[in-house]
Amino acid sequence: MGKAGRIARRTFLIGTASVLGGVAFGYYMYKRPMTNPLLADLEPGEAALTPYVLINAEGVTLITPRADKGQGVYHVQAALIAEELDVDLAAVKTDPGPPSAAYYNTALSAEAVPFASYDQGFVAETMRNVMDAPMKFMGMQITGGSTTVPDSWEKLRIAGAVARETLKKAASEISGINTTALKTENGAVILPDGSKMRYEELAAKAAEIEPVGRVKLREPDEWRYIGKKMQRIDIVAKSTGQQDYGIDMHAEGMLFATVKLNPGQGGALNGFDASAAEAMRGVEKVFEIPGGVGVIADNTWRAFKAAEAVECDWGDAPYPAEQAQHWQVLSESFVSDRQDSRQRDDGDVEALDLDHAVEYRGPYLSHAPLEPINATVLVQEGRVDVWTGTQVPRFAQAHVAEVTGLPEENVHIHVLMMGGSFGHRLEDDVVIRAAQVAMQAKGRPVKLTYSREEDMAHDFLRPIAMMRAKGAVGDGQVKALDMSIAAPSTVASQMGERQGLALPGPDPSIVNGAWDQPFAIPDYRVTGYRAPKLAPVSSWRSVGASINGFFHESYLDELIHAAGADPLEERLRLCIDPTARNVLEAVGEMSGWSGGAIGEGRGRGLAMTVSFGVPCAEVVEVSAGEDGIKIEKVWVAVDVGRVVDPVNFEGLVKGGVVFGLGHAMFAEMTFAGGAVEQRNFDSYPYMRLGQCPEIEVRGLETGPKIRGVGEPPVPPAAPALGNAIFAATGKRLREMPFAKQVDFV
Amino acid sequence: MKLVVNGKAHEVDVEDDMPLLWVLRDELGHREVKYGCGIAQCGACTVEIDGEAVKSCQVWAADVEGEVKTITAPDPSEALTALQEAWIAHQVAQCGYCQSGQIMLAASLLSETPAPSDDEIDEAMNANLCRCGTYPRIRAAIKDAALKLGGA
Ligand code: FES
Ligand code: FES
Repeated sequence: MGKAGRIARRTFLIGTASVLGGVAFGYYMYKRPMTNPLLADLEPGEAALTPYVLINAEGVTLITPRADKGQGVYHVQAALIAEELDVDLAAVKTDPGPPSAAYYNTALSAEAVPFASYDQGFVAETMRNVMDAPMKFMGMQITGGSTTVPDSWEKLRIAGAVARETLKKAASEISGINTTALKTENGAVILPDGSKMRYEELAAKAAEIEPVGRVKLREPDEWRYIGKKMQRIDIVAKSTGQQDYGIDMHAEGMLFATVKLNPGQGGALNGFDASAAEAMRGVEKVFEIPGGVGVIADNTWRAFKAAEAVECDWGDAPYPAEQAQHWQVLSESFVSDRQDSRQRDDGDVEALDLDHAVEYRGPYLSHAPLEPINATVLVQEGRVDVWTGTQVPRFAQAHVAEVTGLPEENVHIHVLMMGGSFGHRLEDDVVIRAAQVAMQAKGRPVKLTYSREEDMAHDFLRPIAMMRAKGAVGDGQVKALDMSIAAPSTVASQMGERQGLALPGPDPSIVNGAWDQPFAIPDYRVTGYRAPKLAPVSSWRSVGASINGFFHESYLDELIHAAGADPLEERLRLCIDPTARNVLEAVGEMSGWSGGAIGEGRGRGLAMTVSFGVPCAEVVEVSAGEDGIKIEKVWVAVDVGRVVDPVNFEGLVKGGVVFGLGHAMFAEMTFAGGAVEQRNFDSYPYMRLGQCPEIEVRGLETGPKIRGVGEPPVPPAAPALGNAIFAATGKRLREMPFAKQVDFV
Repeated sequence: MKLVVNGKAHEVDVEDDMPLLWVLRDELGHREVKYGCGIAQCGACTVEIDGEAVKSCQVWAADVEGEVKTITAPDPSEALTALQEAWIAHQVAQCGYCQSGQIMLAASLLSETPAPSDDEIDEAMNANLCRCGTYPRIRAAIKDAALKLGGA
């Protein structure tokens, strides 16, 4: 909170009180008046407390607390504030702000309740509101789950509007002109005679007065930014080599470090010999940290080389050493005492004679953002500074406090731009490591960089999962579907083990993307089984839906084929959610859908998954030639209720499709000897430009709520591709990556 | 050893086997050149040496004879300028981490092949990786820049 603390007295920080003295969430009076008893103690006046706008003599700074890992949310957050504040997006600064409970994520908790997103009945909505309260108390300032836009949609526009009206009030007090006669434009209050009072000039006055408590948000036809094509605020820097990322952190006197950790994740360091490493040029220090060694040098490459030269005696990994054993654990988990959830149980599948038995598998995956993980830490007397790209600044702050023995408020986290994440930076292990390393060089900033190999060896992977299903068809229709999914728990590993948050109840990520699909199959059951803990696992872009979308939509396709029905028509017949119907119809129209068979050696596949409340339907067209499968074209229809920035939206959707396809085609992480076998992009291949199809995107705006689009395009990509390959070749792919079974051009 | 980067001569004292990438980043402060893999897989580290795209993690600084240019070179080639403009117009970047390397690779493609076919673009650009999946826009931006350069 350094910045706020330093400038609060002579500048105008809207919401100073809320940042410095407790937390108030004023926007609730606009959102859901008094429905949640836990929020009832908010006075109407507290609506003013919105810690998102900072104005001082230098200009306007918009605080954008959701982290940008490439999805453009600094831009989107700034645009939402600017829409009401009347500032030029190109002229304002943005700052991620300090870690603060005030920036807790309202939308994230909505995904933690056991209701399908299309269920907006009274009970479901009430539960979502109640879940919000614990999220608030935990102060979870988290970026994830495609929640930034839904979370920010009202609260940032209100923040902008409150700031604008307060500035008008200040101008009114100075000029003696009634606020109703004042307008705002381009960073200034405009008086009736056309003269301007810049926001910067009004800051001092505005800081003295009570912020305006009640504001009315602009109607859509008044919007200048929302829904229009905008230039992302980071696009010039990112096109000219000017953008710095966490890994580019530099400070006077900085040291360069790396770590070498037990490749058996969580295993012990029994002993090590650093004599060769210590003799290497530029090496300052080699030392033990929990589960490994740290190396401090005067150059990153020298640190990497020295780490390679350290000989370590590793303890065993605390999970089975071989991949086959991991699969074995899953295959033994379809038993009643491991049942975790049965959130879908329509009709009575038990009473039926089911057929079409299959088994599907989804592999462990690494996040592997292109920027390897890193963090820079400076430990001083009574103060620690941390510079890093993180999605969980509050967790990082608490952990660094633990490592350094300082109170949390003395730990200052500076969030830097991230070169991708895909969920990787929801983990703060690298920050803990950086603090452990920096404790060895107090008084000097130490930048810890993981080599690509170390990054992948210590990623917290997407879990493996196994699905067993049976079904029934008749009269050309899908009649029954009984699906069981076994996977280790992401929530228990990520939130439980590493963040100490015991979240009771079933783990939704085991079944999300399967149980919550909007289909009225008469006899329809989805059961989740929680496998015992294996390798540590975490959230990977689109989380459970990234696997379960593949399971559900591939198997549904099998049943539709067995029924002799058309994949689009049968899904439409079964679909009970109007928004999901719209995307199905749209993708059918865009692609000119006329079935999967489109001629010799060609095929089309369709899939639709609702994830994070967003239905996304994709059609993939492939050709099967002598050299293998080629993805010719993809059509995507997706409905987020409201598209904030169409350019950024389209880019994110295409990127999500590539992400889903690229991993389904090629990627898996496997264990041997307790360690992952894939440590770099040679053994963890991904789609290349030449393999990337043309992708046509349509963003629909018919859904009842505004949603984010970072993740929803990922889940349907793999099954749409698998279904297309089946249509082209007759070969049904039940295990990712597909490259194990077919060749790609 | 001597190293000329973006027109500026430097005297550096490093091991013979230190890759150019790390000399640029950690010794000379050229952090616009990115580290992604260190093994020629991603191309985030791509720079130009005497007009040719080179993965800087794959050459020893001691072996570099020509002039090194990075994306921030003060005298960019026409192709580099056109590509940066096209990258901005198409809003290619997501995380942006790969993009310095992508642009440098595209610049060398266009300097050798001013009007590349789709296949030529695919083949050249296969050398670099974008985990965010910005490929469709990379393709569009290269075509746009090529068109502009051809028309000039
Ligand atoms: S860092 Fe050089 S190719 Fe990846
Ligand atoms: S834009 Fe993120 S890796 Fe290419």
